[in-house]
Amino acid sequence: MIPEIGHFALWLALGVSLVLGVLPLWGAQRGRADWMALARPGTYGLFALVSFASACLMASFVANDFSVLYVASNSNTHLPLPYQIAGFWGGHEGSLLLWVQMLVLWMLAVALFSRHLPQPVLARILAVMGLVTVGFLLFMLLTSNPFDRLFPAPPDGRDLNPLLQDPGMVFHPPTLYMGYVGFCVAFAFAIAALIGGNLDANWARWTRPWTTVAWVFLTIGIAMGSWWAYYELGWGGWWFWDPVENASLMPWLLGTALIHSLAVTEKRGSFKNWTVLLAILAFSFSLLGTFLVRSGVLSSVHAFATDPRRGLFILAFLTVVVGASFTLFAWRAPSVGLGARFALFSKETALLANNVLFMVAAGAVLLGTLYPLILDALGLGKISVGPPYFDSVFLALMAPTIFLMGLGPMARWKETALPDLARRLRWAAGVAVVAALATGWLAGAIHLVSTLGLLMAYWIISSVAADFWERVRPEGRGLAELRRKTVQLPRALVGMMLAHLGVAAFCLGVTMVRSYEVERDVQMNRGDSTTVRGYVFTFQGVQQVAGPNYLATRAQVEVSRDGQALRTMYPEKRVYRIQQSPMTEADIAPTLTGDLYVSLGEEVEGGAWIVRVYVKPFIDWIWGGCLLMALGGLLAVSDRRYRRKASAAAGAPVPVPGPVPGPAGAAP
Amino acid sequence: MKYLRFLLPLFIFLGLVGFLFQGLFLDPKEVPSPLINKPAPAFTLEQLEKPGTTIRREDMLGQVWLLNVFASWCAACREEHPLLVEFARMKMLPIYGLNYKDERAAGMKWLATFGNPYTASLYDRDGRVGIDFGVYGVPESFLIDAKGVIRYKQIGPFTPEAIQNKLIPLVLQLKKEQGNG
Repeated sequence: MIPEIGHFALWLALGVSLVLGVLPLWGAQRGRADWMALARPGTYGLFALVSFASACLMASFVANDFSVLYVASNSNTHLPLPYQIAGFWGGHEGSLLLWVQMLVLWMLAVALFSRHLPQPVLARILAVMGLVTVGFLLFMLLTSNPFDRLFPAPPDGRDLNPLLQDPGMVFHPPTLYMGYVGFCVAFAFAIAALIGGNLDANWARWTRPWTTVAWVFLTIGIAMGSWWAYYELGWGGWWFWDPVENASLMPWLLGTALIHSLAVTEKRGSFKNWTVLLAILAFSFSLLGTFLVRSGVLSSVHAFATDPRRGLFILAFLTVVVGASFTLFAWRAPSVGLGARFALFSKETALLANNVLFMVAAGAVLLGTLYPLILDALGLGKISVGPPYFDSVFLALMAPTIFLMGLGPMARWKETALPDLARRLRWAAGVAVVAALATGWLAGAIHLVSTLGLLMAYWIISSVAADFWERVRPEGRGLAELRRKTVQLPRALVGMMLAHLGVAAFCLGVTMVRSYEVERDVQMNRGDSTTVRGYVFTFQGVQQVAGPNYLATRAQVEVSRDGQALRTMYPEKRVYRIQQSPMTEADIAPTLTGDLYVSLGEEVEGGAWIVRVYVKPFIDWIWGGCLLMALGGLLAVSDRRYRRKASAAAGAPVPVPGPVPGPAGAAP
Repeated sequence: MKYLRFLLPLFIFLGLVGFLFQGLFLDPKEVPSPLINKPAPAFTLEQLEKPGTTIRREDMLGQVWLLNVFASWCAACREEHPLLVEFARMKMLPIYGLNYKDERAAGMKWLATFGNPYTASLYDRDGRVGIDFGVYGVPESFLIDAKGVIRYKQIGPFTPEAIQNKLIPLVLQLKKEQGNG
């Protein structure tokens, strides 16, 4: 019965979301408070129904109910409980339910924390999100019902894909989806503002924290995915420019642009059209990613089992949502003012350049991802676009972006004098050049590209340091004043600095790994050893080990340096009993300055094994950098001005200072 | 004109949708050979059963023929082989084997065991001719016309459907072309 109840709850949710998507929107147009008032209770109801359906699916997994097709395809009685739970989003249908679950969670958050918004604005926002929910619920109910039954029920399930049986699977998809779906909030705010004709600084201030939180989730989600690929796939890579990875990177790039653009709109009232376009684009790319992953138009390691009907549905949905948004944009945007003017050399220009660069980067990734499809569609043959394209395009776009990252924070709004800016940053530039060359020299080789990468990392660090010092430099009273000024720095500013330092750590990690890593595949017999970067790896043979639902061949590799034993590593090759697919489990010894990475290859004649031994300097800095970026975002969101707004609003539900938009026709 | 600028995102998006729509009906995993409709690469190889006698590309001109890449170590070939033996009985066209990266004795024994559908077999011990043909998995087959141009490539083993629906119609068409030319 549980699956049927869950299925029924989804149909009810569809009904509620239809009401939510139509009535409050109409009410806001007509100025009818009673219809607008439906938005919040409707959201609560929708959240309750979808959560109930999710709970039903979860219950079917935990109860091993293999009469449910989706459970039978993605679980097994021997599957450990955390993976049974993760099995929920291990396939297409369940991960779609997770998408909707995240969407209604964001809606609930908006309904709870945006009480201070004028009623028509809140009504429109929740209605727009309600309409998006309608699309996804329809998609699920018409083509991808997770509650479909299977008769007769098999005695046991087909097990979760072994690649997915990893702690990464428990956390990565929910985090990533929180980020993807979170851009729907910024999107809904933008659409609501376009409809209401109230694109202004207030709108930007309301949108900013939501966008940043979604961006934080997306950042962590992508970083986790990359880390997971690194330790799970056994090739020691951390980013493959796979279409699905690109599908998550594009919204991230646009979201990053959006965060910066919103800052200008809030502070200076400029870039309004630009910001609203980015808000639409960021979410559109989330939807596009969904299409690319679930339609089978591109071949990818991540792709779900494909069904042309599904692809057609999402494409139609994508066309309606994005097409309608762009039409609305084309209709409303021409009447939006330009905002405050600014000079050629100003903080605005730096941020505008940042926006353009991020947008071009997203466009380049899109082009590279879709190029094979476009050529194929035009009948020009089959090609693949690989890392060489992406790497070079990305470096070319990120180098100027990072250069601007040093200038932007120190430039002044409206107009900044170039000589003054150069003077304030000359020490930072000098330090960066010296540090980059010194690091290359210490690492043993100075190459052009690695020096450029290091230069970018040190430039960020030194310019952030210069910015920080300028803001806290004591004038007279020494240490006490320094401390006071440091404590008084707004959290949003510290968050920005932290996030930028995260980019520096990321650049450093990428550069060091790409330039100085050592990868060696050696054939080893018991007792053989190989030396990589001063580490001696000695192969001590293999033994058979049984896991809960797999059999493993586990190798023992002793690592020593300068005659001193450091640790023993146990890379494995597993064969999962149900799906019979072999899996490589690398063993990784992380340190602050790099990872030792050992994975087991094939057995060759005479009992010898191919062993892959990698030394990856500073690789963890890549993900550490992402974590710093995310922390910076969280710090920025906790800034006092947002909290003040929230606490002020908690007491008084309706009036808030600032322009309250008229119900309709405020803009021509 | 001012408004056109704001319509740009919509137009770009609609163009993209057109491609995505077409993409739904294409299979990204299907990789065609770059050699289709190109002259077959030149080769001179010893025959498998008769060391010392060679066959060159030029010897094959003037007839429509099928080149089937096989090896004794190839499990999928074993699956395909009965089909080829049966197809050879129809005597539609000569089939030549390319014994790819194999031991001569093993290859001959394999043919003796499973039947020999080939007019003759070329012995490509180091796999160099296979590489020229762009072989990346065994079995693969190439249909070559009277002018020595590759017209069709079968990746992986032939299936009864592939022989019935693709190979036979194409052979008939090529023979007709040959008759006209």
